[in-house]
Amino acid sequence: NDIRNTVGNIPMEWYKDYPHIGYDLDGKKIFKPIRNKDELDEFLDKMENPDYWRTVQDKMTGADIRLSDEQVDLVHRLQEGKFGDVNFNEYEPAIDFFSNEVMIHPVTNRPQDKRSFIPSLIEKEKVGKLVHAIKMGWIKPRRPKETTPQYYDLWAKEDPNSILGRHKMHVPAPKLKLPGHEESYNPPPEYLMSEEERLAWEQQDPEDRKLSFLPQKFACLRAVPAYSRFIHERFERCLDLYLCPRQRKMRVNVNPEDLIPKLPKPKDLQPFPTTQSLVYRGHSSLVRSISTSPSGQWLVSGSDDCTVRFWEVSTARCLKTVEVGGAVKGVAWNPNPSICLVAISYDDTVVLLNPGLGDRLVSTATDQLISSYEEPEEVKEQPVQWTVAEGEGHEQGHRLILKHPKAVRQVTWHGKGDYLACVMPDNGSSLQVVIHQVSKRRTQNPFRKNKGLVQCVSFHPIRPYFFVATQRYVRVYNLIKQELTKKLMANCKWISSMATHPGGDNVICGSYDCRLAWFDLDLSTKPYKVLRHHKKALRSVAYHRHYPLFASGSDDGSVIVCHGMVYNDLLQNPLIVPVKVLKGHTITHDLGVLDVTFHPTQPWVFSSGADGTVRLFT
Amino acid sequence: MGGLQKKKYESGSATNYISRNKARKKLSLSLADFRRLCILKGIYPHEPKHKKKVNKGSTAPRTFYLLKDIRFLLHEPIVGKFREYKIFVRKLRKAYGKAEWSGVQRMKENKPAYKLDHIIKERYPTFIDAVRDVDDALSMCFLFSTFARTGKCHVQTIQLCRRLGVEWMNYIITSRSLRKVFLSIKGIYYQAEVLGQTITWIIPYQFAHDHPTDVDYRVMATFTELYTTLLGFVNFRLYQTLNLVYPPKLDGQGEFSLKSECEEDYALESESYSEKLAALSASLARTVPSVEDEEAELDHFPAEGEDLEKMETREKMELEQNKQKKLFEGLKFFLNREVPRESLAFVIRCFGGEVSWDKSLCIGSTYDETDETITHHIVDRPTIDKQYINRYYIQPQWVYDCVNGKILLPVEEYFLGVTLPPHLSPFVEESEGDYVPPEKLKLLALQKGEKPQAEEDEEEEEEEEDDEDDEEEDDQSEDEDEAEDEASLAEMEEKRAQGKSLSVKVTPGKVKPENRMRTEQEEKAEEKRLAIMMMKKREKYLYDKIMFGKKRHVREVSLLRNSSILYAFF
Repeated sequence: NDIRNTVGNIPMEWYKDYPHIGYDLDGKKIFKPIRNKDELDEFLDKMENPDYWRTVQDKMTGADIRLSDEQVDLVHRLQEGKFGDVNFNEYEPAIDFFSNEVMIHPVTNRPQDKRSFIPSLIEKEKVGKLVHAIKMGWIKPRRPKETTPQYYDLWAKEDPNSILGRHKMHVPAPKLKLPGHEESYNPPPEYLMSEEERLAWEQQDPEDRKLSFLPQKFACLRAVPAYSRFIHERFERCLDLYLCPRQRKMRVNVNPEDLIPKLPKPKDLQPFPTTQSLVYRGHSSLVRSISTSPSGQWLVSGSDDCTVRFWEVSTARCLKTVEVGGAVKGVAWNPNPSICLVAISYDDTVVLLNPGLGDRLVSTATDQLISSYEEPEEVKEQPVQWTVAEGEGHEQGHRLILKHPKAVRQVTWHGKGDYLACVMPDNGSSLQVVIHQVSKRRTQNPFRKNKGLVQCVSFHPIRPYFFVATQRYVRVYNLIKQELTKKLMANCKWISSMATHPGGDNVICGSYDCRLAWFDLDLSTKPYKVLRHHKKALRSVAYHRHYPLFASGSDDGSVIVCHGMVYNDLLQNPLIVPVKVLKGHTITHDLGVLDVTFHPTQPWVFSSGADGTVRLFT
Repeated sequence: MGGLQKKKYESGSATNYISRNKARKKLSLSLADFRRLCILKGIYPHEPKHKKKVNKGSTAPRTFYLLKDIRFLLHEPIVGKFREYKIFVRKLRKAYGKAEWSGVQRMKENKPAYKLDHIIKERYPTFIDAVRDVDDALSMCFLFSTFARTGKCHVQTIQLCRRLGVEWMNYIITSRSLRKVFLSIKGIYYQAEVLGQTITWIIPYQFAHDHPTDVDYRVMATFTELYTTLLGFVNFRLYQTLNLVYPPKLDGQGEFSLKSECEEDYALESESYSEKLAALSASLARTVPSVEDEEAELDHFPAEGEDLEKMETREKMELEQNKQKKLFEGLKFFLNREVPRESLAFVIRCFGGEVSWDKSLCIGSTYDETDETITHHIVDRPTIDKQYINRYYIQPQWVYDCVNGKILLPVEEYFLGVTLPPHLSPFVEESEGDYVPPEKLKLLALQKGEKPQAEEDEEEEEEEEDDEDDEEEDDQSEDEDEAEDEASLAEMEEKRAQGKSLSVKVTPGKVKPENRMRTEQEEKAEEKRLAIMMMKKREKYLYDKIMFGKKRHVREVSLLRNSSILYAFF
């Protein structure tokens, strides 16, 4: 029976879910053949059935069909790209109908079209357009071929003078750096990177790397691979050439030795202290302040352990220890050799003390001088309370006790030994500096108003001038005229100490920002010279009374002695040469040297330190 | 005071410079065209001395060109060509859109083209200027000639680059002007001396490139456009100076001998001819047949301000150079197939050697492996099966080291399978205080004809180093002395405090040996330290900087030296 399917050329998967596969001529359903073969049956069939290879499934009916020999042959022919028909000859001799030979009979007998012998309108239009375009210059004739060769002698008529104006500013591109040993394919082993270096190299930014590549070693030339960044590097060079701004930079070629200033040799500037010769031990805390007697035989030191000690300079022997009621901030020996008095400041008190050392006559004369004081008739209101020491204090040598309203930081004597200036730093207060007259037991406040925080004060050694150092400036007052004569700009952040040259025309200031400023008062209000030779804050500076020396002590534990020659000739500037760095103090609590002072007659320098010692350098 | 009030930024440096965007607007060019123009004309930004003044008070980062440069660009005919090309592209696109194929054809035939001849002439008014600037051109051309023909750039460009590179190498061979070669990990550096100018270029190793994506090939192509023009003209002129035919022709004899072989591998005669040229094995034809060598002895006149000694050294140098030029003369090399043929053939031919290779490797081989007269066989593999007795089998590094050392080095260190000695860069010139690798010392000794004495030198240097360290030690010892003194003092005082009677004892004093030299040195050092204190701030800064650099250099050198000593032991 005929089981041809009538569904037509449709995708057969539409019937996938149905039991039938289409309809026959009578409109009856064609059912799918029962397929109960599993994989195993399929395999067995494949192995056993000799016709398995030529069995195909008919998609339209679902039935298996075995191909006949002719059909198989046809499939083979089609696969080989041959014609399906065996008898078809594809190489029939060709008949050349449209050859160049004119035949007596036409190939086709069609009469000619009319359009073949009348001119074409469309063509005419096109030609017209072209003609118009040529006339208008829109279409240009083909350019003639270049006849000059590609390369020729360009510089045949070269003119070296034909350099353009812009070449004046021309900066030729620098050539690429030539490779060093480390770029070799087989470098010496010391140029290879160690493991840590390699890791460090990898972690660096590509811009920061000193070498742009990793040095590598290859056993032979054959093993060298292509360099992966070659094109990159060429490209970067191109970018450098046209994008990188160029600038001419002058390279200074200086011999560093030439930069060092030529100074006179320290040897030629002797005498100055060179070695540490004595250590004065006894204090258990910081020694804030030291002072020498005018004769140079005695030394007094005041310390944070609330004692004042008197030493014999030449033997380092402690002759006397005086206990006071607080940490001693300042001591100052009266510079007048006929008076034996030491001013000691602690807390808000200044004590004038007669140590009773040296000449007994002087000592008793001093006592008499103090006791011979007679009360003036009218008692003025004074900012400071003067009392005479009695009892145990008197035994110890206390003579006069001056109670101040505020803590006293510094005491300093006038050169004649009658006046005593005290500093009570307090920002904005009008009472920061007071001047006492010992013989009259009188106190005056020289300034109606103080600008800034007063750091230290000093008397002019000869003339009636008074120096007041605030945080940034040093003001010079004329005490007689009672006016400000000068204001010195120290150019530093915070002045710590000040010293006046015995000639009186030069002042040095030490500051907490490691600077030492030398002012020449005749020259300018700006420092003549600023030295930055200390590593840490300067605590104290001092001039020698006779020798051209000055010293500075700093928190770095060193004392630097400089030669500071001041000439009488006004045209010649002072000569400043550092001559010696003296070390000896140990640094405790970040403090080194706290005070320096010179011996009045010898070229010796004393320094007191935070380690509780006083040292003598000779 | 009369006159108008002066306004800011209306004179001086502010008017000498122009920012990039303003320049672009002035020229009315797109950024791409502006850049192309800058590349071709060699215009580059300038860094003004006072940037803020030039920038009219603003601190925004800007690039500045000289106003004169930009004015100079205004009259450039090539700017018109750029515009023409832009129009051409627009028209072509339109024609494509309308499918007017004949129009497209016509337009393509009339494609606007420009030449860079005048720009080259303008940028390099004299020939020597051009030769001086040919470094980058060479490196770029050699790089482009190694590109595959796969659309990174035009095939014509690649071919042109290859042609120019081969021409250049042939010139160097004929003029024997190669001086130094260096095998680096990036490629092979060559340095030649052409007309008194040292020219260095690099050729990458023969591998396919892994083209990076972050490189703008258009920029590179523009540069190459300029460089090919420059190099072509330079080559032409150089060939002229040697009386060589340009474009290069092979010498008659060489041509004949080459003709018979492997002709059939190439489809085109011209192709095979260019390949033969590229093989670098035959000499070039000359316009005037030259008498072989035997240059007329030049008379030497001392230049002005030059004394006799200098002249002598110069003469000596010249003699040495002439000797170097004939380094490989009389030697016959054969290249095995695994060695870089082109590089080796180039180097060997530059120094007068004869070279050949296997026929199947490349066109242009002149003799076979079986030739009995071969003196050196260059091999880059651990062993070789069939060895001939009367020749050295050596690794390629020997050739390069000989060139750099200017002498024929002993071959023993370069035999097959031998661990090679390090390959040093010939470009490093050690000044005083620099690190000199021991291999270099050995080479220098060999050049002088001495036995190597490297070890002694090293010891001496070490001693020097010790001296430097001494100063610091001294300081320390002083401190220690003081500490001791203090300790003894403290001890004594303690005893005294306890109330005990001091046991007074006189110990015989020790004579401290006084080293006068040392004290003197110490004094000097202290003087210097004190003088440094007195330096001005600015000078101190400069001094510190210089000293820092010096110390770093010393540190690096000592590091290298230490590690080299370490390697010498293990």
